[in-house]
This record gives sequence, C-alpha cells and structure tokens, in this order.
Amino acid sequence: MPHQPSAEPMIAARDLRKSFTGRDGTVVEAVKGIDIEVRRGEAFGFLGPNGAGKSSTMRMIAAVSPVSGGELRILGMDPAEHGPAIRSRLGVCPQEDTLDNELNVFDNLYIYGRYFGIAKREVRERADELLEFVQLTEKRTAKVEDLSGGMKRRLTIARSLINRPDILLLDEPTTGLDPQARHVLWDRLFRLKQQGVTLVITTHYMDEAEQLCDRLVVMDRGVIAAEGSPLDLIREYSTREVAELRFPVGDHDATAEKIADLGERVEVLPDRLLVYGDDGERVLDQIHERGLRPVATLVRRSTLEDVFLRLTGRTLVD
Amino acid sequence: MPTVASTGATDAVVRDDRRLSPLTGALRQYDYWLTVYQRTWKGSIITSFVSPLFYVLAMGVLLGGFVHVSPSRLEGAPSYLAFIVPGLIAAQAMQTAVFETTYPVMGALKWHKSFYAQLATPLESRDLANAFLLFTLFRVATTCGVYFVVMAPFGVFATWWGPVAAWGVTMLTGMAFGAWTFAFSAHVRSEASFGLIFRLGLIPLFLFSGAFFPITNLGPVLEWVARLTPLWHGVNLTRMLCLDTVDRSTAAVNALVLVVVLVSGWYLALRTLARRVAQ
Repeated sequence: MPHQPSAEPMIAARDLRKSFTGRDGTVVEAVKGIDIEVRRGEAFGFLGPNGAGKSSTMRMIAAVSPVSGGELRILGMDPAEHGPAIRSRLGVCPQEDTLDNELNVFDNLYIYGRYFGIAKREVRERADELLEFVQLTEKRTAKVEDLSGGMKRRLTIARSLINRPDILLLDEPTTGLDPQARHVLWDRLFRLKQQGVTLVITTHYMDEAEQLCDRLVVMDRGVIAAEGSPLDLIREYSTREVAELRFPVGDHDATAEKIADLGERVEVLPDRLLVYGDDGERVLDQIHERGLRPVATLVRRSTLEDVFLRLTGRTLVD
Repeated sequence: MPTVASTGATDAVVRDDRRLSPLTGALRQYDYWLTVYQRTWKGSIITSFVSPLFYVLAMGVLLGGFVHVSPSRLEGAPSYLAFIVPGLIAAQAMQTAVFETTYPVMGALKWHKSFYAQLATPLESRDLANAFLLFTLFRVATTCGVYFVVMAPFGVFATWWGPVAAWGVTMLTGMAFGAWTFAFSAHVRSEASFGLIFRLGLIPLFLFSGAFFPITNLGPVLEWVARLTPLWHGVNLTRMLCLDTVDRSTAAVNALVLVVVLVSGWYLALRTLARRVAQ
C-alpha cells in the first residue's frame, strides 16, 4: 500500500505543466511550470482571474487530467499510476454542477457513495449525516432540480464528502451564489477545516480567499505570481491602506500625475484612482489641500485584490 | 456535529489502493443503472415492446397476408410472417442499442455530465463505458427476449432451441452496433451528428438488410452491398436459427463478422471515451 509519512506534503508539484492541443493543432499552455506544496490540514488557495490555469491545475490534482510535464504527487502517489487510489481519498466539488437532476437529494449521495464501494448501510448512514451537515435534511426526498443554487452547491459538497476524503478540492465553490448562500457555504467549509480536512480552493474572489485560505498562490497566465498567507501577501505587495478616489470621467490620468507623490503607488483604473499609503485619511486631506475635488472617496484596508493588481497590473474580476 | 471527513490514518474507511478490476468497476455502478432503469422503463415500453409488435401486425400479418410464395423464395420460411419476424427482431436489437448509445452518451458528457462526476471516484473511463454497454446489453436482451416470447405462440419458430440461440445472436448484433455508436457519440460534439446515424445508417440498414425481403431481390450488386452490412449478418443468422435452416459455413461467417464488429467497436468505445474525458 503506497503510504506517505505524515511529514510528506498532501500535494507536491514541481514544474507542473499542462498544455492542450486544439483541433486546429495549436498548442495552448494552460499551466507553465508551477511549484506548490500543500500540507495536511491547511486550506490552500489558488487565486487568479478566469483563464489563469487554476482549473487545469485542479483537474490534474484531481487525478483526472494527465500531467503534461513536471512532477505531481498527491498523497505521496503519482496520479498517472495510482489515479483510482488517489481519487478514492479525494473529494471533488467541481465548478460546474454535475448532480443527477433526475434523482432526489438522498439518492444523489447514495449512488455516489456506491461508486467508492462503500457498503449500502454505511452509505445510507453517511448520506444522512452529511445532509445534516450541509443543512439539507428537510430536502432529503426533494428533486435536485427544485433546489436553489446554494443548496445544490451544498449538496455537491456533501457528495464530495461521502468517502470521507483526506483532501477536498473546491473549484470556484461560491461562484454564482448570492451573498447569503456564500456565507452559509463558507461556514460549512470552515467547520470542515476545523475537523482537519485539507482544503484546496480555487477562486477569483479575493474575499473568499482571505476568509478561507491559510496560504495561497496568486496565479496569472499559467504561472505563480506570488505565494504566502493572505496577510503576508498584503504586507509584502501592498500598503496598509488604500484611498479610492473617483473623479469626473476622463480626469483620472491627469489627476494621477498631480498626486503621484502622495502615496507609495498610484493605480489608475477605468473608474477610479487608487492611492496606496499607510494612512488613507491623510492622503485625502492632502488631496483636498491641493484643491482637488473627487466626486467620491473611500479609505479601506488593502486586500488581495490590491496584491493582484500590483502583481499583474490587472483587476481580478473584469 | 457529525464527523464527515477523514482525520487520519486510523479511520476505518474504504480505501482503494489498486485499480479496480473491470468487473468491480462496472458492478459499482449497478445501483446507478438500476435507478436509471426504474425511472425510464415505463417510457421505454412503447418504443421497446409495443411498436415492434405493431410492425409484426402490420407487416407480418396484414401485409404478409398478400404474400403467397413458395418457401424456397423466402429462404425456407413457411410463411411471410415466419420470414419477417427474425429479421424484425434482429433489426430491433440494432435500433435499441443505437438509441441507448446516442443521446444518453452525449448527455453523460455534455448535458448532465454524469461521466465527469463519476470520474472523480475510483472509477475509470473504462468502467464507465463498460457499465454503459452492459446496460445497453440488458436493454437489448430484454427487448428482444420479450419479442421472442410473444412471437412463440404464432408458430413462426421451427424448434424451441433455435430462438434461444437466436436470442444470443440478437444480443451480439445489438452490441456490435451499440459499441460503434458509443464510440461515435463519445467523439462528436453536437447531437446534430446523430441525424447522420439515423437517416443514413439506421433507416437504410433497417429497410435493405434483409429484414423485409430476401436480399437476392436487390440484384447482384446491391445484394453484395447488403452482405457487407453487419445487420444482414445478424438478420441472416437469427433467421437461420429460427427457421432451422442453418448452413454451418454461412453461420460461422455471420458470427465471425458480428464478433469482429463488436470487439473492434468496444475497443474503439473505450479508447474514444478515455481521450474525450482526458481533455
């Protein structure tokens, strides 16, 4: 039985690559050589915009998409050789809903558990426990198509836990959910983390990454732009505070030059200026002293969004 | 709060550290296919059982009432009904298998994506294709089995063992088509391609592969074209067994062709699905 000593990382990638050959023969490199290491019990995030290579990386980690280059070990095993063994110990919550709409809520869990070879009685017990955990007990016999988006996502998470996985992979777990549904989901994921489940999350929401991840990598165009805890990344790549200024349309570039000295850095976005400094209120005062009159202002703490902007020159969600 | 996840090596949970055997891989989907059947069998009754019998009634009994020729011109069949029934059952095997492996395969890949959900488990694409084809076999076997049983009282079978052996031949015929159609469906991206199979494949085969009339009526050139179609081999072998007119060397060729088509289609089905889902 291939078993890893506890010190070995849950997931280790060295120079991991993924490329696709299109029907016209063009080769697209989705992942261009990344190194990652995920340790037992941590919540690890891939943060990046759509097309950054997050999902391709996740599919390789899920042992369903063959590695194009480099080395990947999941639970100490090579996915090319031990795919089924790895998958029996993973939980996968895909970005796209793959629940069976024709089956009711309970049967979705039951049937899925049977794929893992779990005994019928055991699966039934686990399915009921999991429905309790994701707060869907009342919907036990409901049809999947009658569930809300948030409930479907929770059911998918319950399904991914039916084999009591060592690692739970969540690809964009809250995309498309309303704020309340997101918070319910975050709460459940946080509880899983407390139980010691290793979580691997991809997201293009910086607040999600900050809420859930102990450590993350910022991905952009198939490479890792930075790595660390959310707080470390913010400390390293941004300032404590940010002053957001909105001027009448068309004035942003000219204004940016006039205030360039007020912060460590000034970013010009289509709809606003961001002035990075340790004291945002002080920046605002100085702007007023110079006779500038922004239409709207906001002082806030730096977030991972600012880190991303600094690293790539682009915003996460455009 | 219930413990819903593994917390370490001490957990007594199910672990697969090896590849599943093909048998285990297919059997683990038994509950899934059982529920699929439970929710679809009522709908399939019309296409599987009722409409074939309409064909028998319309073509075999009513139209056949006008056909009065010597058995020598009906490949040894004592009546047109006895001639047409084995052909219709073999053609039904083909149709059942093709229907089961077109839209359902596309659905599993494109619409409800159940293949992708299943692939996040210890199952492999091989197991998915095998279970799918096993279910198709089950559908062919039940549909044709009922057909044979219903036809028995009409006195169209020469022996009792003939139709039993012929039942096996219809399964072989159905699966030869089912395996190739599975491979096709796993390859194409749009359901529009199925029109091709139905219009250019299924219907001409159904009409001209000897189910309704002896292919000698087609003239020498078209007769040889018909002999090249897998359905003719299925129809011919089924009919010889039902009428007890088996010619050993012809039967061996028929069976060999069907087996070759089945095995090559099966291989292609596994390979095509593996490629598709790896993308």
